[in-house]
Amino acid sequence: MASVKIPDTKVQELKAICQKFRNDGSELINVLHGAQELFGYLPPEVQEIVADELNVSLAHVYGVVTFYSFFSMLPKGKHPISICMGTACYVRGAEKVLDEFKKLLKVKVGETTPDGKYSLSCLRCVGACGLAPVVTIGERVYGRVAAGDVKKILGEY
Amino acid sequence: MDIVKLTIDDKTLVVEKGTTLLEAAKTIGINIPSLCYMKLEDLNFENKPGGCRVCVVEVEGRRNLAPACKTVCEEGMKVQTHTVRVVNARRTVMELILSDHPAECLTCAKSGECDLQTVAQKLGIREIHYQGEQSHYKGDKSPAIIRDMDKCIMCRRCETVCNEVQTVGVLSAINRGFEAVVAPAFEMDLDHSTCTYCGQCVAVCPTGALTERDYTWKVIEALVDPTKTVVVQTAPAVRAALGESFGMEPGTLVTGKMVTALRKLGFDYVFDTDFAADLTIMEEGAEILDRLSKHLSGDKEVKLPILTSCCPGWVSFLEHNFADMKDVPSTAKSPQQMFGAIAKSYLAKKLGVKREDMVVVSVMPCLAKKYECTREEFSVNGDPDVNMSISTRELAQLIRNANIDFKQLTDEEFDNPMGESTGASVIFGTTGGVIEAAVRTAYELYTKKELKKVDFEELRGMDGIRQATG
Repeated sequence: MASVKIPDTKVQELKAICQKFRNDGSELINVLHGAQELFGYLPPEVQEIVADELNVSLAHVYGVVTFYSFFSMLPKGKHPISICMGTACYVRGAEKVLDEFKKLLKVKVGETTPDGKYSLSCLRCVGACGLAPVVTIGERVYGRVAAGDVKKILGEY
Repeated sequence: MDIVKLTIDDKTLVVEKGTTLLEAAKTIGINIPSLCYMKLEDLNFENKPGGCRVCVVEVEGRRNLAPACKTVCEEGMKVQTHTVRVVNARRTVMELILSDHPAECLTCAKSGECDLQTVAQKLGIREIHYQGEQSHYKGDKSPAIIRDMDKCIMCRRCETVCNEVQTVGVLSAINRGFEAVVAPAFEMDLDHSTCTYCGQCVAVCPTGALTERDYTWKVIEALVDPTKTVVVQTAPAVRAALGESFGMEPGTLVTGKMVTALRKLGFDYVFDTDFAADLTIMEEGAEILDRLSKHLSGDKEVKLPILTSCCPGWVSFLEHNFADMKDVPSTAKSPQQMFGAIAKSYLAKKLGVKREDMVVVSVMPCLAKKYECTREEFSVNGDPDVNMSISTRELAQLIRNANIDFKQLTDEEFDNPMGESTGASVIFGTTGGVIEAAVRTAYELYTKKELKKVDFEELRGMDGIRQATG
């Protein structure tokens, strides 16, 4: 496990988030939401501080972080890629598109490339079913993506 | 007391309000099979996540089958525990659980004592009609506990006992769906976690997912090595628990037979950990007296109260959770380690045996003792004072392996001088026993008088603060 040194000012901000929820263990999910907003992800060091502040076990915090797909322990890439796996996109071949991204980037869903450039995730419906299958990279939306287009799309970044 | 009247399998019964169907059925002799459900009677503690669904029953007027462990009895309820629908559902549930469980029963450490096996047998499962993916999770081998999560059925008993009973908080369910597993934070191995090796998770695990680390083969290797002098020490609990493995009444005292069996197994010297418990108590008694005298003469630095240091589980709990209080417990080693240290110094010298040619084995009731003897401070140049600690179960296994008819053995005595002990060492096993023994010693050391009434029974028990006067 790579160790991340969290700057003192950020530690204070994190503790303030915990205090906002009265350091109440039953507010763990809310605290983790706040923490992920602050850091972009939830590295072990952040989870340790949260466990200490809320007086819950570290295993419990980790259990919650790994249960909800919203929480991530990996920093997002500079260009976060999301492939829509909603029904419409799925039936129009989103899985093949996803496989192509995985193949070209050599990462699994939820991971970030070693150079920190791309991260890969799935989501459920962006409300653009007419454009299925849909891929979003950062704020940009790509519609009617075929597996063959993936290389070209990545080339834009 | 509020009561409710209901019928279970056409029998009418009256139970206290709040009773579950599982408990109610038990009162009229109907044992509904269950798996994830666990009740620790002494602590009045229950684990009932209702997850396994093995205990389902049919409740008249309800569309779905109900889990008996979580369904509370209601007035006028009509319950059937053994209809074809119920039996089929249980069998399906069981087959699904088994479809993701390694079929290694013959070689599994838990074989014969496994709840999963027992329930499968009870339901008469002969075939598994479902085939699917099998869980594969990294193994974890600590000095005391082995985790094989491929055998986990997610009953979460271990999680409950670790968090809510022991308050150690090492285990939690992590991930979700098929990937879900019970593990320490960040899926680290137990020896990197704050696990105290108390062993309670192993005690409640219904399958072979959590087992003790088995050192029986290492003991056999030492016993057959002609260059080694093998010394064994047995803790007080072992003589009261060993008989049970050979069909005797639980609690039967089998000290003499145990000593004979150990000699037959080939141990060169058979000693009693009680001897070392007496040493521990001399040390702890003197230490509490020393700290008290210093405190009374105005020394502000001295740490009080004194906490016992005999239990390695407790010691590591304190180290992990109260690191700033490490100077509060007594500095005395535990009886197991005092014995090892003395065996490998005094006894080795007396016998003319080199330290490295002596193997000290302990037989202990607790898994944390296995971990304790691996702690670095309890070794000299890499040679541990106690080479390995085995449990009562492992000793029973050694005796069975050697084909010894335990019940027919005659009684023999411990070897001397490390086989002798006083009553003070025997009361170690009771809660408050160590402080009682320490106070006896302190009294005599301080007053230089023999204590007439030796019992300080006020000091025993579970109350947070206990007082006694001599």
